[in-house]
Amino acid sequence: MSLFTADNLSINFGGIRAVDGVSFNVEKGEVFTIIGPNGAGKTTIFNMMSRIYTPTSGRLVFDGNDITTVPPHRIAALGIARTFQNIELFEHATLLQNLLLARHAHKQSGFFSELLFLPSVRRMELEHRAAVEHVIDFLDLQQYRDSLIVNLPYGVRKVTELARALCTNPKLLLLDEPSSGLNVEETEDMAFWIQDIKTVLGVTVLMVEHDMTLVSAVSDRVLALNYGKPLAMGTPQEVQSHPEVARAYLGG
Amino acid sequence: MRFLFKTSYEQDIGLFRDRVDAFWYGLLALLVVGLPFVIDEYYVGETSWVFIYALCGLSLMVLVGYTGLVSLGHAAFLGIGAYAHAYFLQQGLPWIAAMMLAVLITTAAGFVVGLPALRMTGIYLAIATLAFAVIIQEVFTRWESVTHGFAGMPVDKPVIFGVTFDDDRSFYYLCLFFLVVALWLTRNLLRSPTGRAWIAIRDSEIAAQSMGVNLAIYKSIAFAYSAGLMGLAGALFAHKIAYLAPDIFTILLSIQFLLLVIVGGLGSLHGAVFGAIFVALLPPLIAILRDSIPDSLASFATASGITPIGSLGAAIGAFLAKPGVEAGIFGLILVLVILLEPLGMYGRWLKIKLFFSTFPMYKRATFKRQKSYMRSERLR
Repeated sequence: MSLFTADNLSINFGGIRAVDGVSFNVEKGEVFTIIGPNGAGKTTIFNMMSRIYTPTSGRLVFDGNDITTVPPHRIAALGIARTFQNIELFEHATLLQNLLLARHAHKQSGFFSELLFLPSVRRMELEHRAAVEHVIDFLDLQQYRDSLIVNLPYGVRKVTELARALCTNPKLLLLDEPSSGLNVEETEDMAFWIQDIKTVLGVTVLMVEHDMTLVSAVSDRVLALNYGKPLAMGTPQEVQSHPEVARAYLGG
Repeated sequence: MRFLFKTSYEQDIGLFRDRVDAFWYGLLALLVVGLPFVIDEYYVGETSWVFIYALCGLSLMVLVGYTGLVSLGHAAFLGIGAYAHAYFLQQGLPWIAAMMLAVLITTAAGFVVGLPALRMTGIYLAIATLAFAVIIQEVFTRWESVTHGFAGMPVDKPVIFGVTFDDDRSFYYLCLFFLVVALWLTRNLLRSPTGRAWIAIRDSEIAAQSMGVNLAIYKSIAFAYSAGLMGLAGALFAHKIAYLAPDIFTILLSIQFLLLVIVGGLGSLHGAVFGAIFVALLPPLIAILRDSIPDSLASFATASGITPIGSLGAAIGAFLAKPGVEAGIFGLILVLVILLEPLGMYGRWLKIKLFFSTFPMYKRATFKRQKSYMRSERLR
């Protein structure tokens, strides 16, 4: 059974049909990439998956559960984590605090035990910290641990977003343009990390990306969209050489 | 310069950063405990105002500084706490019970006012809380069976377990005790998931939500907790002011609280205390200057034989005695703080600390980036 299934997904914004009957499956352990020109509806699909938007019609199934109507704050606990195209970090908190917040879905303490900072809260905090440190080691963020996000360069922020998503212990990781704004070298690092996330951590990745070098380096399957409609699906090579995809990007 | 070597995760969730830190706070504790024996009784009374204002500041700091929700109605919560406390005392309840009931009622009120906050932010929320404050002030005026309206409501000295806190010194310790407890509780929340969720909501609601934070619940908790602290402050406030009337809890008081947290420094517990010192001690400071400047300059004029200095002193004294000057000075300082030190007094404190710890290598540019702090989308 697929880890995630989008079944005939559509959404209207007023008269605009941003996503129109898109269906795809993401298999456990693969890197699945959605490509398409600007305005094709890629990020809209992500926003529907993280339940910020509600689809007009269609169904989202994750790990055997229908998540079409699950409230947005429950998504992380189910095992879906995401990054944002325009970085959405907690800017006036340290990197460590940002990552610890990602453990929120695993929080077990109640308000009053936190108010008194009971030993149970302390124990949980130490456990969260250990989990976070694991991710910090994985992505080499040690030196930035206590820096405020506002004081960090763009490239590090991008990695921090990835780290924060990983700290939720996801089964499915949604990466919204992980390479945007990164230089060539940073993009290569990102490709290695995505491969490591897949092979070492065993996390399934669903990615929206424009950089075709990165896409062909890491993706198992690619879905091409245009104006909210699916154009082609297959291996990166198949999709890149598909005539409809070339027309969508180049016109003609 | 001292470097902190971290050897366990415990160090990052402790109350104090390290032993040196704990030592300084211990020294500060000794200082505030010993203070009433050193200074004049009048100033002991003024310092209890600092503690009460610090409680109010703490309350608003949780909401504005940490959760990023603006409230222009916090004087109403103070009023609810004060009236509830005074009312239950009049009904013959013991002090502790009256205080706890007052805190509970204010917490409930905060929760209810917090409900619109789930849909509103920034200026809209400010207006909604302002409207709430106006309504509550009207309730204080009209609900005469409880509040006695404009006739006012006298509040006796606190009697706790048979101990009467009838002089300024004992009341000072009462306020100090509750401030320390409130600081401790708030610090506990801030170092656990709830505090992190608040900060997350402040900086990016959408990301907080995607990481599993239930915005509705955490915003409500922030409002309720903030109001609860205000209720506690209100109970102490009622005793301090000794006579409650509806026109105490005006919009101006709410604005003063907002000024307190901004001048103190948004997003830090230190800021709440620094701001309280500023707000509570500025009026007596102005009064002292008003009285002492003409006299000292006049005696200087007679000693040196330069008469214009004497008349200058008299002019300054007359200016400071004018009504509205105090408010003007408050406003001027607020403008200067926002222009020159967006992190408030706490930001200045950090700089002074860094100056001494890195002397003679201090670089002004160290804090350069933090100027963007106030410019975040906080007031969106």
